[in-house]
Amino acid sequence: MELFRNANFDFLGKKWYFIAGSLLLLAAGLGSIFFGKGIPLGVDFKGGTLVYVKFTHAPDENKIRSAMGSAGLSNARIQRYGAPGNNEVIIALEQQGESDEALDRGKVAILAALGSAAPAGKLDLNNTSARALRERLLERDPLRAGSDAGERYQEVATAITQLRDVTRGGVLPSLEELKGVVDPAVQAALEQDFYLSDFAVRNVEIVGAQVGAQLRRQALLATLYSLAGMLVYIAFRFEAIYGVAAVAAVFHDVLVTVGAFSLLGVEISLTVIAAILTLVGYSMNDTIVIFDRVRENLKLMRRVPFAEIVNRSINQTLSRTVLTSGLTFLTVLSLYLFGGEVLSAFSFALVVGILVGTYSSFAIAAPLVVGFQEWRLAREGRGPVPASAESGKREKMRAKA
Amino acid sequence: MKKNLTSKTLFIAAVLAFFLFGIVGLPQKWTLDGLKTSLQRRINLGLDLKGGTHLILQVMVNDAVKSESERAVERLREDLRQARVNYADIFLPDPAKEPEKIVLQGVPPESSGDLRTIAAERLLEYELASGAENSWTLTMRPQPLAELKEGAVRQAIETIRNRVDSLGVTEPVIQEHGLGQFQILVQLPGVDDPARVKEIMQSTAMLEIRQALGGPYASEVEAIRANGGLLPPDAVLLRGKTIANRGSGSSLEEWYLISRSSAVAGRDLRRAEPTRDESGRPAVRFVLTGEGGRRFAAFTGSHVGDNLAVILDNRVIEVARIEEQIRDEGRITGAFTEQQAQDLSMVLRSGALPASIQYREERTVGPSLGADSIRQGITAAIIGLVAVMFFMLAYYHGAGINANVGLLLNLLILLGFLGLSGATLTLPGIAGVILTIGMGVDSNVLIFERIREELREGKTPPSAVEQGFARAWLTIVDTHVTTIVSAAILFMFGTGPVRGFAVTLTFGLLANLFTAVFVSRVIFDAILMRKARGEALSI
Repeated sequence: MELFRNANFDFLGKKWYFIAGSLLLLAAGLGSIFFGKGIPLGVDFKGGTLVYVKFTHAPDENKIRSAMGSAGLSNARIQRYGAPGNNEVIIALEQQGESDEALDRGKVAILAALGSAAPAGKLDLNNTSARALRERLLERDPLRAGSDAGERYQEVATAITQLRDVTRGGVLPSLEELKGVVDPAVQAALEQDFYLSDFAVRNVEIVGAQVGAQLRRQALLATLYSLAGMLVYIAFRFEAIYGVAAVAAVFHDVLVTVGAFSLLGVEISLTVIAAILTLVGYSMNDTIVIFDRVRENLKLMRRVPFAEIVNRSINQTLSRTVLTSGLTFLTVLSLYLFGGEVLSAFSFALVVGILVGTYSSFAIAAPLVVGFQEWRLAREGRGPVPASAESGKREKMRAKA
Repeated sequence: MKKNLTSKTLFIAAVLAFFLFGIVGLPQKWTLDGLKTSLQRRINLGLDLKGGTHLILQVMVNDAVKSESERAVERLREDLRQARVNYADIFLPDPAKEPEKIVLQGVPPESSGDLRTIAAERLLEYELASGAENSWTLTMRPQPLAELKEGAVRQAIETIRNRVDSLGVTEPVIQEHGLGQFQILVQLPGVDDPARVKEIMQSTAMLEIRQALGGPYASEVEAIRANGGLLPPDAVLLRGKTIANRGSGSSLEEWYLISRSSAVAGRDLRRAEPTRDESGRPAVRFVLTGEGGRRFAAFTGSHVGDNLAVILDNRVIEVARIEEQIRDEGRITGAFTEQQAQDLSMVLRSGALPASIQYREERTVGPSLGADSIRQGITAAIIGLVAVMFFMLAYYHGAGINANVGLLLNLLILLGFLGLSGATLTLPGIAGVILTIGMGVDSNVLIFERIREELREGKTPPSAVEQGFARAWLTIVDTHVTTIVSAAILFMFGTGPVRGFAVTLTFGLLANLFTAVFVSRVIFDAILMRKARGEALSI
C-alpha cells in the first residue's frame, strides 16, 4: 500500500485559496477574541478558586446554587464537569482580595455550604484521609489489636480508601459497601465516629491574583522565546527568509488555535500553554522537512524555476507529511477521547494544532518563501535565494567573476 | 562485509537490560503483582497522579527587615544614652514599605560628631545621611539588605521543613520558587486536607512574655478611656481571646494593655512540650535557656504581685499573676485541645519564622482523581500505541515490524530513564509519552519513505537502505532539535506538571534518535544478511 506514489498537485498554484482559507480562520478566531468571548483564561491566569466535587447521585444545580447563596457566595459559578454519569460539578469563585485569608475563604465557605447537614461530632468518611481514619480506629481499637495495632489499622484504612477512591471513584454511597471489606467490629466502630455525606472533593485549585499575573507574563515570555529560538535556528540552518516564513506560519498556527479556544469557550490553562509550545515545535518540524527537500532540489535542479522546485519538494514529501501528521494525530486523538477530563483542553490544543501546523507548512510557509523570491526577482533581477549560507557565497563569487 | 552485527546486537541487549533494571529494579517476586509493586516504587509520581497538596508561599521579607531595624533602634537608643547625646525621637518613618530606613530627630549640632562615631562603629550596615533641621536618616546598605532578605527566605525554608517533617509527611518538597520573588514552593504528597498543615507552617511562633499593665477591656476605645484618654508611651494594646457570644451572635474581644519591652522572647526557649495542668487539661510546658532564665528570674523577682502576659504572634493567650520568682520553667494553659497543645509545642520547638508568610497558590488533588488520571492516561497510551503499531504493519509490512520493535524499545528506555533518574512522572508527562509515540515513529517514516524512493529508482536493497538512512539523518536531527528546544523552554518556564511533560518529551525523542537510527539499522542489516541476492525487501 502506498499513498501519493507520484503526487503532482499544484500546491503553489492554489495558494490564493489557501490564503483565503487562512484569513477566514484567522478572522473567525480574532473576531471571537476581540468582539466575542475574548480569550477564556483559566484559573491559572486569572486567579480564583475552583472546587471539583463529585456526588453520589446526579447533582441538583439549583440546590447547590441556593446552598451557595445562603452562605453568601451568590456569585459562585456552578458547572457540570465531565461525563454526565460521573456526577461531577465545578464550583468556581472569582478571586477577591489578595491577603491569605481571602485566598482560603472561598474554599472553606464552599465546603461549609455543601456539608451543612453534618451531624455533630462525626467525621465525613467520604472526605477523610487514610491517616485520619487510622488514628480514629487506633483510638477506638475495635479489633482489640495488640502491639501491631498501628500496622493493622493502617491496612484497614488503606483498604477502605482504596475501595472508596480507586474502585468507587471517590464517593461511597453507603456504609453497606464496607461489608466484606472490613471486620464487622470495625464497621460498627466506623458507624459511631463517621457519617457519609453525599459528596467528595476531588480537586481544589486556588490561585492568587498576583500569581495569576506572574504566570500570564511567563507564558507570554515562553512563547516569544520559543518563536525567537526557532527563528534563529532556522535562519542558521537555511537562510533568513526561510526563518521568517517558518515563524510566520507558526504564528498563524498559534493564532488559529487560540481563536479556536475562544470560539468554543474552552479555558486556557498552564498545560494548554505547554500544548501550544509543543505545536510550535511540531509545526516547525513539518516546515523544515519541506525546506530540507527544497535545499536538496535546488542543488539538483538548477535550471528549474524556483516556484516549480518548491512545488515538487512539497509533492515529494507529501507522503511522509500526511503519514506523520496522521500518526501523531492518531495518538493525540486517542488522548483527547480516552485521556480524561483533566487533559481535555491540552489534547484539544494538540488536535487543532497538528492539523493547522501541517496545513501551514505548505499553505503559508512555502508560498511566503516563493513570494519573497518573486519579489526579489522583480525588484532586483537576482536569482533565487540559495537555501544555505555557503551556496549563497558561491553564488556571489560566481556573479563577481 | 563484516558489520559487527553481533557486537551491535549485544550492545542493544545491554541497553535494554539496563533500562529494564531502571523500571523494575530487582523485584523480589517475578509475578505480575511483584513487578507492579517494583514499578510503583521506582517511578516517582507527581502530585497530580499521587494526590497531595501544592502550595506557593510568599515570604514577607520586609518583616525581617523591620525586626532588624527595630533591634538597631534599641541599640542606638542605648548607645546615644551612654554617649550622652540628646535627641527628640527615633522611629521608622515607613515600616510597611521601607523598613530599612530609621529617622533620628532633634540631635543638637554639637553632638553630630559623636553621632557619626557611633554610626561608624556600631551601625556598620547602615549609611548615615543628614537631613533638614537636625534630623538624620539611617538607611541599610543594599548588600546587607539583600543578604537579610535572602537569609530570611532560607531560614523560613528550614523552619518549614522542620515543621513539615515532624508531621510525618512522606517526601515533601520544600524549595525556593521563582527568581528573586522570595517565594517558597511546598509539595506535600498524600495530604488532602491541608488546613492543619497550613496553620502549622504559617505560625510565626513569636512567643514573648511581657508585663500586663491593664485589662481585660472590652474594646480599644474603653481601654484608652480607662487610662485617662492616653496610652503610656511604653505600652501597647494587644488583642486577647475572642469569646463568641452565642446569644447575641456577636463576638467579644478582650484587649490588654501590655508593656512594650519583653522579658522573654522566642530565642530564649530551649524546650517546649505538651503536658497537663492541675485540672488535667492540655497545656504547654517550656524551658528557658540559661541567659533567658536569668532574665526571667530578674523580671519575676522584681514584679511579684504584678501580672504577666504570654503573647503568641502578637496575641495575648494567657495572663497570670506572678506569685513568686520563676527561674527558667513555665507553663502555658489556655483552653487547648490535645492536638493544639502538641502543635503549639512543636511550632515553638522548631523555632520562629523570621518573617510572616502568605499563601499565593494552593492546589489539592484528591487521591481518587489521581487514580483516575493514571488509569485514563495509561488507557489512552495503550490505544494510541496499538493504533500506530497496527498502521505501521499494514503500511510498511515487514519494515513495520522493525518500526514497532523500535517503538517498544523507545518506551522501555523512556520509562527506565524515569525510574533511574527519579524524574517525576506527571499526567502531562504521560501525554508526553503518548506524543513521543506519534512523533517518534516520524523518524521511521522518513527513513522508510527514502528507502522506498531509492528502491523505486532501481537501487538494490542494501544500497537503498544505506541511502535511506544517510539522507534522512539530517532531517531527523533537525526535527528532533526543534521539538527539544521547545521542550527546554517549557522546562525553564514551567512548573511541576508542565516540567514533567517537557522531561518525557525530551527523553522520549532522545531515546528515539537511538532506536530509529541505530537499532532500526541493525535490524535491517540483520535481515539483509539473510537475504539472497536480488530478493526483495519487505517495506
